[in-house]
Amino acid sequence: MIVISDVDYFIGPVKILDGVNLELPKGGISALIGPNGAGKSTLLSLIARLMPLQAGTITVDDLTVGACPNNTLARRLAILPQASDAAPLLTVRELVGFGRYPYHKGRPTPDDHAKVEDALEAFGLVPFADRRLDTLSGGQRQRAQVAMTYAQDTGYILLDEPLNNLDIAASRSLMRVLRELAAAHDRTIVIVLHDINYAAAYADLIVAMKGGKIVAKGTPDEIVTEDILKEVFDTDPKVHRIDGKVMIEV
Amino acid sequence: MIRVTLILTLALLAVLSLFVGVADLSPSALFYDRAALDLLWTSRGPRTVAVIITGGTLAVSGTIMQMIVRNRFVEPMTAGTGQGAALGILLVTVFMPSMPILMKMGIASAVALATSVIFLVIVNRLPPTQPMLVSLVGMIYGGILGACVLFFAYQADLLQYIDIWMNGEFSGVLQGRYELLWIAAAVGILSYLAADQFAIVGMGRTVSTNLGLNYTQVVIIGLLSIAIVTALTVVTVGMIPFVGLVVPNIVSRLSGDNLRATLPLTAVSGAALVLASDILGRVLRYPYEIPVGSVFGVLGAVVFLWLLYAPRRHV
Repeated sequence: MIVISDVDYFIGPVKILDGVNLELPKGGISALIGPNGAGKSTLLSLIARLMPLQAGTITVDDLTVGACPNNTLARRLAILPQASDAAPLLTVRELVGFGRYPYHKGRPTPDDHAKVEDALEAFGLVPFADRRLDTLSGGQRQRAQVAMTYAQDTGYILLDEPLNNLDIAASRSLMRVLRELAAAHDRTIVIVLHDINYAAAYADLIVAMKGGKIVAKGTPDEIVTEDILKEVFDTDPKVHRIDGKVMIEV
Repeated sequence: MIRVTLILTLALLAVLSLFVGVADLSPSALFYDRAALDLLWTSRGPRTVAVIITGGTLAVSGTIMQMIVRNRFVEPMTAGTGQGAALGILLVTVFMPSMPILMKMGIASAVALATSVIFLVIVNRLPPTQPMLVSLVGMIYGGILGACVLFFAYQADLLQYIDIWMNGEFSGVLQGRYELLWIAAAVGILSYLAADQFAIVGMGRTVSTNLGLNYTQVVIIGLLSIAIVTALTVVTVGMIPFVGLVVPNIVSRLSGDNLRATLPLTAVSGAALVLASDILGRVLRYPYEIPVGSVFGVLGAVVFLWLLYAPRRHV
């Protein structure tokens, strides 16, 4: 379980997070939604100790973020940041191999190699294993990044807007893989999503944020309603229920 | 395959280097001529070793710096580290001339480290969307430091000394006057132990933190290694620009950035290219020599252009 207590965060004079208290359960997929600038990515980065906490505490199971050794947390929690800069000049296998670094510190054992092959297999990357990342499509590259995170073998996986720049096929296949990881491999997935339909379709829990605060938290059924969407996003799309699934009109 | 070819090429060049020069030296003479053996032992041998160590370690330093700065267009000799080393050794020569050589080296390395850290601080404030800005700032920064060195040297009437440090060449290498370079070789080999760490730092702070790496610590270790290698090179043979820029780019274009696999390639390629340049420099205007830096500039640029424009192979 990830427990966030009284977390504030400022960038200069601007308050990005405002007294956030949140518990994210172990297991399943939790999705963070909210308008641009709501503080979703900041919250995710704070959980993953990419930025130092200014106020409040965050614990991941028994580990206190910021107080426990960096390397211990690296075996418990992995983050896939927003895809930004150019791909490193590595083959898919080399990239996935770096996911094992917290365990081998530069001296990989046969066990590490086996875990890498396992990850390549699980994400259907075997045919591309020796291709360089810069020769792959955006979707394949994203899949390789997720495979690296998978190889890190952590109970918690954090993903910051992983569907950016992915077409519908790649998006659906990635979300299915995450579903599978949560269901069959007992991983806890925390994901920042912009497309509420994806959150509604794949997440077990949705957390809505606005202006640095948690506005609502619940199952897709409870959260994806016209009232809450209006409150969070200041826009009023129609919400349909089709075959027991919620869907919003865009 | 590439590895074997490279190592054989380097071995061949090394043998060639032993027998090319102003004084005649033929392999057969070694068996009966005492003077020939002397020449090999005191001049040609040390010179060959010095070139190999310099080429290899400068190329490795270039790679490490490019990983730390996350930019392919920088190298220690032009971005302030080399000028820092020259400044350090100049200060020692002026103010503490009687200091033992190892202490002088230590101070030169310390100043080189300080100027590299300042460069990193400046670069971190640049917008990441403008990669060319980094190399421009590096050149300007190196130029300013170089001007400081020149000014102090002029004031202290040491312009001749400066010339030795600022323009690298190997004709002055003799037994007893190059051995400090072995320390550079040791530092280069030690930094290979952190190859994975440098590769991860090259992927950025976020990836490093995620993988549990102490980012700042690895950056400092990297800068320290660069500063020591650069200072030793500047003091022993002088500044050789371009090696740390061209060789890492060639290797990463061909074999990628998995440093555990590629750093040895980088070292051997650097050594081979600098050695080839040095041999060419000895024969092109025989019996006069062309400084290795000038030859390398041309040779490296040709190899690099060929790589850029050769059809790209998709691995």
